[in-house]
Amino acid sequence: MNKIREYMNRNMRQYGMLIALIAIMIFFAFATGGKLIWPRNVSMLVRQNAYVLILAIGMMLCILTGGNIDLSVGSLVALVGAMSGLIATTLGWPDWLAIIISIITGLAAGMWQGFWIAFVRVPPFIATLAGMLVFRGVENIILDGKTLPLLGAYEFIGVRSIPDIAPKTLPDFLHIGDLLRLENKPEFLNVTALAAGLALSVIYVVFIFFNRRSKILRGYEVAPLGSFIGKAVGFFVFINVLAYWLSMEEGIPVLLVIVAILFVVYTFITTKTIPGRHLYAMGGNAKAAELSGINTKKMMFLVYSNMGLLAAVAGIVNAGRSMAASPIAGVNYELDAIGACFIGGASAYGGIGTIWGAIVGGFIMGVMNNGMSIIGWDVFLQQVSKGLVVLFAVAFDMWSKSKSKVS
Amino acid sequence: MSEYILEMDNITKEFPGVIALKDVTFKVKKGEIHALVGENGAGKSTLMNVLSGIHPYGTYTGNIIFKGTECRFRNIRESEAVGIAIIHQELALSPYMTIAENIFLGNERAKNGIINWDETNKKAIELMKTVGLNEKHTAKIKDIGVGKQQLVEIAKALSKNCELLILDEPTAALNDEDSDHLLRLLQTLNREKGLTCILISHKIHEVIKIAHNITVLRDGRTIETLDNSEHVSEARIIKDMVGRELIDRFPRHSAKIGEIGFEVRDWVVHDPLDEERVIIDHVNLYVRKGEIVGLAGLMGAGRTELAMSIFGRAYGKRISGTIIKDGKELTLRNVSEAIANGIAYVTEDRKTAGLILIQDIKRNITLANLKAVARGSVVNEDEEIVVGKEYRERLGIKSSSVFQKAGNLSGGNQQKVVLSKWIFANPDVLILDEPTRGIDVGAKYEIYKIIIQLAEAGKCVIMISSELPEILGITDRLYIMNEGRIVGERITSEATQVDIMSTIIKSSAEGNRGSSYEQN
Repeated sequence: MNKIREYMNRNMRQYGMLIALIAIMIFFAFATGGKLIWPRNVSMLVRQNAYVLILAIGMMLCILTGGNIDLSVGSLVALVGAMSGLIATTLGWPDWLAIIISIITGLAAGMWQGFWIAFVRVPPFIATLAGMLVFRGVENIILDGKTLPLLGAYEFIGVRSIPDIAPKTLPDFLHIGDLLRLENKPEFLNVTALAAGLALSVIYVVFIFFNRRSKILRGYEVAPLGSFIGKAVGFFVFINVLAYWLSMEEGIPVLLVIVAILFVVYTFITTKTIPGRHLYAMGGNAKAAELSGINTKKMMFLVYSNMGLLAAVAGIVNAGRSMAASPIAGVNYELDAIGACFIGGASAYGGIGTIWGAIVGGFIMGVMNNGMSIIGWDVFLQQVSKGLVVLFAVAFDMWSKSKSKVS
Repeated sequence: MSEYILEMDNITKEFPGVIALKDVTFKVKKGEIHALVGENGAGKSTLMNVLSGIHPYGTYTGNIIFKGTECRFRNIRESEAVGIAIIHQELALSPYMTIAENIFLGNERAKNGIINWDETNKKAIELMKTVGLNEKHTAKIKDIGVGKQQLVEIAKALSKNCELLILDEPTAALNDEDSDHLLRLLQTLNREKGLTCILISHKIHEVIKIAHNITVLRDGRTIETLDNSEHVSEARIIKDMVGRELIDRFPRHSAKIGEIGFEVRDWVVHDPLDEERVIIDHVNLYVRKGEIVGLAGLMGAGRTELAMSIFGRAYGKRISGTIIKDGKELTLRNVSEAIANGIAYVTEDRKTAGLILIQDIKRNITLANLKAVARGSVVNEDEEIVVGKEYRERLGIKSSSVFQKAGNLSGGNQQKVVLSKWIFANPDVLILDEPTRGIDVGAKYEIYKIIIQLAEAGKCVIMISSELPEILGITDRLYIMNEGRIVGERITSEATQVDIMSTIIKSSAEGNRGSSYEQN
């Protein structure tokens, strides 16, 4: 029992954020009379917030370097959209080429900023403030104030779901539609979503089981059995419930696949690799990191280059979702991403924060958005609430830190 | 009223794990220049911090009586209010503001919150004349030299009508001419305005020339107060400063010393902020395998700068010279190349430059050598835990587990984590900078044992320390450094503290040839 408690204590932050998300979801589920968890709204939640989640992943890395932020990502999202519109629509080149060039544009923009920040030592706040203006200006020059339509691959990425392998075969066998008292009950389920959910959850459980066994065999320390089983069961149930929910709508949104892949990749990089370690070390104490042989300039350059890359992905996603390259795309997106990171437990001084936290923080903002919209709250009131949540999240963080310092 | 302007009785001040001051009694007569001398860590600065309220009432025990009334300062403002001003080694001036603005910083000549610039400037010019500062009052601090900055500090203190001025190593960063000027100014202010001064200084010859009384501190205790009207001898003061008994405070070791493993030749380093200024001046040194070599010297002698410049140019500009390891010349352009070539530097400042305080023990240990616990670029966290546990046991790091944050450990245990990190990096040459600073006696002994084990494993160890007994206790050979130069080399068994101190002081005095002081 003591062992479980010690293990829980060590990982308390992560559980705390998840508990906050679940509490907010339960609150809005009741407040909206269950509408919040209708399959349509769950699917919407993912689609509407994909851009925040993608940007928050990149932003978390910036914040980890020492509380630095990137103010230019909103403008970059718009610039990438404009490049896509220019190439795919105005020039009429193939979509795949437009996507590749757009991504290169984002990466180049990120490297540009990384250069000034890492090697010329322009403070990130200022370098990215400049980027915010420059990218927005270039975008407007390209679009000349006009909105260009974007269909094809962009539409597929932004609004479509993974196609059903066996349409109209499987009815809602658990009768969840009746249980939730949906307005439009689905007749059939999306088999792809169900099968993918089941396969993924089984693979995961088998993987962590064998991983644990091999660790025990090699004499490494493992999590207590109780917490291991809890984690496995929790993941299994969560994935399959989510899959069932999505199968009642159109299936797995392409956006969810993109976000999931980025989540896994960046979690791996930050937690399991040497560059990830170096990132946390420099955020924790830049001087000590340098004296341990870490090239902090190079890390800074890579982090901001990567932010440009992810902003490009978010730009393509955003253009796809609105099926257009719009001159006013991406306004205030940087603030959403920064907010998500701080709600998700990032330290304003760097060195503390996880990709998982950024995602949970993004979802907390998303659930609040959706919930408040469904209830019918005024948009301005929604802004007030979101602002206060960011403030209280960081205040809570400061408070808990000052308490832990005493012990 | 008694003849004393200040009486500090039985002051005891403890930091976690260390007693910094123990029953210190310190009395200053009205209108005198009273010098406070002692080795680094003897408690001089702590005593002055207690006096000026930086360590507030309640964090120490004992009484402070100033001008006949007992004082319980809670902060600097309260001590300033009664007329005590302190000028620290690191000057507290705002570089982009003018001299006049700095003199009245925090004490602005204002009415209803609006600054009266005419009065500010007039008063500033008067004060500048008093301290002999020959600059325009509108010059910015960053544009005047350190010597003149010191004068601004003194003018600032005078503007607050201070009656007791404390100067902490005021001449440490000054050249001879500026030092001369400053000391003469102190004598003039003392004579003409009756200003009482407490002067903390390492430069014994200065102290003897201008002080009326000299109090010596050692290991947080008052040794004695000497009447300097007849000019006390340097030897007497040095004996007081270092004369402590050594009873088995150091583990014994039998050195099996091999061939020369590491050598630095003709090493020259310039100040990164002022590339004309030479910080390290043609230093030559070598270390044999299995040998512990000490670098003795006072604060500011250039030992840390020497070590860091060797460690992949982590300090300094325009570095020249040769580093030879195992007979081969090395070119080290950055820290990671130094580490890759088997050189490690354990910083003197473990909290700000050695540890990631918000991370746990195991992560701190592996940081400089992550490749050893990784396959390709992927870190094996399980292996990392194993490494953490191994070092925790081997070096005796007292902690709840390897998951404990480094910031929650005591000083001695933090130092063991830093040492673990560098031992895990598996270097051939270890440079240890003040490895036992701020650590209690018991933990020091354990650190010494670790250092000796490293030497016995055939590594070249360079140990920088300001504590002479420590250097004499565990090194095999030592270099004496002063003002960026090696001024002496001794086989440790033949060296004494008095000898080392005199060598340092003599070399400073030689550097000061031609300067003259007037004794009032």
